[in-house]
Amino acid sequence: MTQRLLLRWVILFSDKRGKIRKMKINLALAQINTKLGDVEANLAKHLDYIEQAKSNKADLLVFPELSLTGYVLQDLVASVAHKPTEEDPIFKHLLKASHDLDLVIGFVDEDSRHRFYIASAYLSGGKVVHVHHKVYLPTYGLFDEGRFFAWGDSVRAFDTRFGRMGMLICEDFWHASPPYLLWLDGADIMLFTSASPGRGLNDKEQLESARWVERVAKAYASMFTSFVVHANRVGYEDGLYFWGGATAFDPNGEDLAHGPYNEEAITYTELDLNQLRRTRARLPLLRDERTALTRNELDRILSRG
Amino acid sequence: MVDLNLTINTELAREILTGFIKSEVTRVGMSRAIIGLSGGLDSALSYALAVEALGAENVLAVRMPYKASSKDSLNHAQLIIDQLGSPSKTIEITDMVEPLFNLDPKISNMRKGNIMARERMIVLYDQSEVFKGLVIGTSNKTEILLGYSTMYGDSASAMNPLGDLYKTQIRQLSRAMNIPAPIIDKAPSADLWADQTDEKELGFTYEEVDKLLYLLVDQRYSPQEAVEAGFDEKFVATVTTRIRRNQFKRMQPPIAKVSNRTIGYDFLYLRDWGM
Repeated sequence: MTQRLLLRWVILFSDKRGKIRKMKINLALAQINTKLGDVEANLAKHLDYIEQAKSNKADLLVFPELSLTGYVLQDLVASVAHKPTEEDPIFKHLLKASHDLDLVIGFVDEDSRHRFYIASAYLSGGKVVHVHHKVYLPTYGLFDEGRFFAWGDSVRAFDTRFGRMGMLICEDFWHASPPYLLWLDGADIMLFTSASPGRGLNDKEQLESARWVERVAKAYASMFTSFVVHANRVGYEDGLYFWGGATAFDPNGEDLAHGPYNEEAITYTELDLNQLRRTRARLPLLRDERTALTRNELDRILSRG
Repeated sequence: MVDLNLTINTELAREILTGFIKSEVTRVGMSRAIIGLSGGLDSALSYALAVEALGAENVLAVRMPYKASSKDSLNHAQLIIDQLGSPSKTIEITDMVEPLFNLDPKISNMRKGNIMARERMIVLYDQSEVFKGLVIGTSNKTEILLGYSTMYGDSASAMNPLGDLYKTQIRQLSRAMNIPAPIIDKAPSADLWADQTDEKELGFTYEEVDKLLYLLVDQRYSPQEAVEAGFDEKFVATVTTRIRRNQFKRMQPPIAKVSNRTIGYDFLYLRDWGM
């Protein structure tokens, strides 16, 4: 390679700080069972899975919603909350582990004014890169999150060493607007996490809720010409059944990986970031998205009342 | 009549329900379960699921006949015990319940039935201590909704794998799990007195009522919409009244709330807390 060509290559694949960006991510999706309210036991499982993913050369390991605590917390919420800081007895271990590979951790976040959020933290190089607070708290049917948690109030993409990403938690992506906002905010990789209970047993191959989630994750990947990955927990809580079935879809909406249902597992797949360019050259949906039109119409609709 | 399909994926049901039993038993540090076998379909299916979840050696099947119980019931229970090969016991309840019956010569069949159901619960929970196993329930969604059970009797258990399946779905899963045909084919009965059958006592068939319940409960149809979908108005009224009147059987007794924090209202933890 000539000096000039090399220079062009470096410019093309460098991030803002001038570091050469990796164009392939070894992604790992963890689907774990959790012990309800026992953060230390769940931390031990996280560290074990991190070791496994590390030995398989994963760059990024994604844990499900509320992976440190379990899901139906009810009055346990305050007692299992943690702050993602180096001083925190749980997060200090995870931050240390994030020197080896990037991590997405599900936990209960407590803010300085003691509001509790369902949260996901993206950790990398010993630092907290981003924390997302769940913005849609289902409080209907078998869900009662709004009774116990505060509502998050932002949906933001964030830069990682692999490019710009966004995180959403379960009900967040049952609504179309949060993935749409992440897309416009520059996220090329959407990290979805869930503690999704199975509902709707009928004669189909999977439960209705599992089929629904897989269908929409695939649809978002197709419509937003982006990578969409999903990590969901397994196990039971008082008869609620969490189905697992991690998935990853590429910017064409094609399946990259599918984890098993109903058992603990790590699902590995490679995200080839050059696929973003190939897909968007063919299908310029992002280029043609008329955000101003969307804003104008939203303004009109919202001011009508 | 609206076209209704209550068919379930039996493979998936089997996986979820056996996983549930295993999870509930092992999370409390135990490995065993115990189940009362009536000779009927629900208990046979619960038993088969428990054996698949925990292994035959870890499930104790208990037959608890009364002197007037049908011989078929005992034989059918034995059929499934022989097929699955778990440990079993037969404990007759006649000598336990007769003294109570004899206190009142005018005792009704209903009272006798409730006493027998509760006596069987006592035996099962006692044997549960001996065998060190959790009591597996056998109530299905149809009978829970209709309140067709004895409170603190057959409805008492440590966990219930069948409570979200209608009777017709229980039949389907039972066929998939090779429950012996005589158990699947016979008329469902609590066998509390001679010639008693569920459908005679209820006044309608499981086939009919399951479809209606599925619309009212799972699909959230209003009673009027169910009538418009083709169900007889009187039948719909009978069933909706039964569901409402029996709500008490599906709940813990209400506690008079006087303090700042009351169990069940704002002291909320799952049973699986810390497990």
